[in-house]
Amino acid sequence: MKVAVLKGGRSLERGVSLRSGARVEDALVRLGHEVVPVEADAGLVKRLVESRPDVAFVALHGPGGEDGTAQELLEILGISFTGPSVAACARCIDKVLAKHELRAAGLPTPDWFAFNETAFRELGAADALAGIEERLGFPLVIKPSRGGSALGIKFAENWFDVPEALVSAFSYDDKVLLERFVKGRELSVGVVGDQALPVVEAIPHEGDSYDFEARYEIGRTTFVCPAELSEEEAASVAEIALGAYEALGCSGFSRVDLILAADGPQVLEVNAIPGLTDTSLLPQAAEAAGLSFEQLIAKILELAGEPARA
Amino acid sequence: MSEPPHRRRAHASSEDLERYAGLFAERTRVMRSSAMRDLMAVTARPEVISLAGGLPDTSTFPPQAFAAQMTRIAQESAAEALQYGPTEGFRETVDCIVEVMGAEGMLPDPEDVLVTTGGQQAIDLLCKALVDPGDAVICEAPTYPGAIPVFCSYEADTIQIECDGEGMRIDELEDTLERLELEGRKPKLIYSVPTFQNPAGVTMSLARRQRLVELARARELLVVEDNPYGLLRFGGEPLPPLYQLDGGDFVLYVGTFSKILSPGIRLGWVVAPPPLMEKIVLGKQAADLCTSTLTQYFVREYFSSGRWREYIESLIGIYRARRDTMIDALARYFPPQASWTEPDGGLFVWATLPPYIDTGDLLAKALREDVAFVPGQAAYVDGRGRSSMRLNFSAGSEDEIREGIRRIGRTVEEQVELYGALTGGREQGSHHPGMPGREAEDMPGNDETQPSAEPGHSVTLPGPADGRAERVKGGDVLPFKKAEGA
Repeated sequence: MKVAVLKGGRSLERGVSLRSGARVEDALVRLGHEVVPVEADAGLVKRLVESRPDVAFVALHGPGGEDGTAQELLEILGISFTGPSVAACARCIDKVLAKHELRAAGLPTPDWFAFNETAFRELGAADALAGIEERLGFPLVIKPSRGGSALGIKFAENWFDVPEALVSAFSYDDKVLLERFVKGRELSVGVVGDQALPVVEAIPHEGDSYDFEARYEIGRTTFVCPAELSEEEAASVAEIALGAYEALGCSGFSRVDLILAADGPQVLEVNAIPGLTDTSLLPQAAEAAGLSFEQLIAKILELAGEPARA
Repeated sequence: MSEPPHRRRAHASSEDLERYAGLFAERTRVMRSSAMRDLMAVTARPEVISLAGGLPDTSTFPPQAFAAQMTRIAQESAAEALQYGPTEGFRETVDCIVEVMGAEGMLPDPEDVLVTTGGQQAIDLLCKALVDPGDAVICEAPTYPGAIPVFCSYEADTIQIECDGEGMRIDELEDTLERLELEGRKPKLIYSVPTFQNPAGVTMSLARRQRLVELARARELLVVEDNPYGLLRFGGEPLPPLYQLDGGDFVLYVGTFSKILSPGIRLGWVVAPPPLMEKIVLGKQAADLCTSTLTQYFVREYFSSGRWREYIESLIGIYRARRDTMIDALARYFPPQASWTEPDGGLFVWATLPPYIDTGDLLAKALREDVAFVPGQAAYVDGRGRSSMRLNFSAGSEDEIREGIRRIGRTVEEQVELYGALTGGREQGSHHPGMPGREAEDMPGNDETQPSAEPGHSVTLPGPADGRAERVKGGDVLPFKKAEGA
């Protein structure tokens, strides 16, 4: 098969995408496919039209690639592609929209409020923030609504931290959310097709607990897969992760990030197109399930273009 | 694509990753976060106007001269230029170095000079020879961002001393030395870029230079004077280098051809007294045996033409115009809450924004406008500098500088307005029942970080939380949110 691998792009996760793309290309070659590497830039459509691939492997992360933009173009060109649909990508990339969908599906996610910049600039939303303390309480996590990495995510212990954190979060997106901080174990569940992979736990090292940037960094965080969970815990985490995957209409593969709090798991977000680099969590989880990287890529390719489970 | 151009490793399993992680040396824990690395990677997109680099302009070096020099080397010394050389460097290279240092009034003994692979290696070799894990190393706040990974890799306890418009605060240095003495400690070295400092652009005053040298002699402390930019002066009177004031007993000197000729040739040097030099040479042997012989031949040829000072004069003309453009653009496009330094030479301006703006996050926003700078945090070991940025004026054209500053100014303006809206305009001094803004009283280093009413006329560098130098041990990773003022 002729497979176009879409990678790069302009998002802040460009570097990760290039690494994901390179690994995917190698795996595809080893699987005997013809590979067309395609940079997601102004020449994207031209390159796709010229090369006429049978399928596109989307290895893009962040806005522009993980938000449905590239997928929409692929639909217009009539090229089937890996990973979630346009609509699912659009829901996942927007944490606020995703949380609404999760709530509507009866899935647990931490309480939140969302604001866009216009609300503060033109509608005096600052005055409404006073109500947030009693509704959510401190500490709070303040995040840009769209953005896949840890950048712009701040921890606010009290009111004094909030305006600065909001200015930071608004640097990445014009919509931000203030989310109740839920203490618990940090888990991640990869889903391929309709199968949940073994749960990965990220255990930040001493002193890095509130450093969101340390979270997924080898050497500052220890990753355990499969996570040490009781059978009931593992089952409940997997069930909720699959529920989130379905509620957002994902297909092919995705990764669900959760917190296991004292009263059960809470979904933080779903990454429509998780990283596929050598330090990424989804390939680690696949490995723990006995799936080599090639087998994982073959499986994702096989699922390309399949509609989401209703 | 039928075959991969090269073979990549098969995917590492989680056990592999943990096994590697378990093997990492303690010093790797201080390496910068991957998120920030990814952010900096985006600055390399070709459409981005980058005011982030520290690149000198190499576009005006005459290609004919370059070709003629390389041809002569090929014709006359091909075998030697392609061979290993002495670890100390060729005597002819040292002669060029002595000539360069002489231009600033220094008279080093050629025996004290070691040719290195860039000034960066000189810093590394000095630390290798002097610093044990936990040893105190003193530097400026902010300091050269490229020195931090060196201090960290030798697990130094890096102590940063505040800078103002006259360079490193020597009174604060003295307090710090007293405090260390009470703990029974003494810094292994005091690292300073006294002239047109990277990143702040400030120059240490003569009085402070003299005091620093006196202190070094009285307390028998080693000062490392890193002087890449001394010859790139566009205004003001030249000041004697620390090395000249001291005579080379307690001041070690680091120089480079990077900013006066080419960074691509990777040629720098270190000047140190014989006992120390012996250890530095051993370190150099372990690191790379010798500095590139080919580029040493290149420098020798270049200096034999006798036109090296002319070339520097031409660079000075270019950089002066670019600095003027940057300063004009800052006055025009940055909001009144911002302040910046006005360097008399070198490559950098240091701008400071209101304390509620994090320049790391601002960079993400600026990148959407295709413009980049270095967030100030890169110049500190302890998370300070969050509201400052380093701006380079040597690499871009005047048009690029003007446009780059305009774009950054616009993003800053937006954040200032947003903060005003969030805090009910408290930034402007009015009272509003909105959010509690972080007012000046709540801010650390309040007197230092106060927005300047007259931008461009003051040197504003962020101060430490309690007005004293802060110590952060190399190897410590700070918690995400520093307890500012707490």
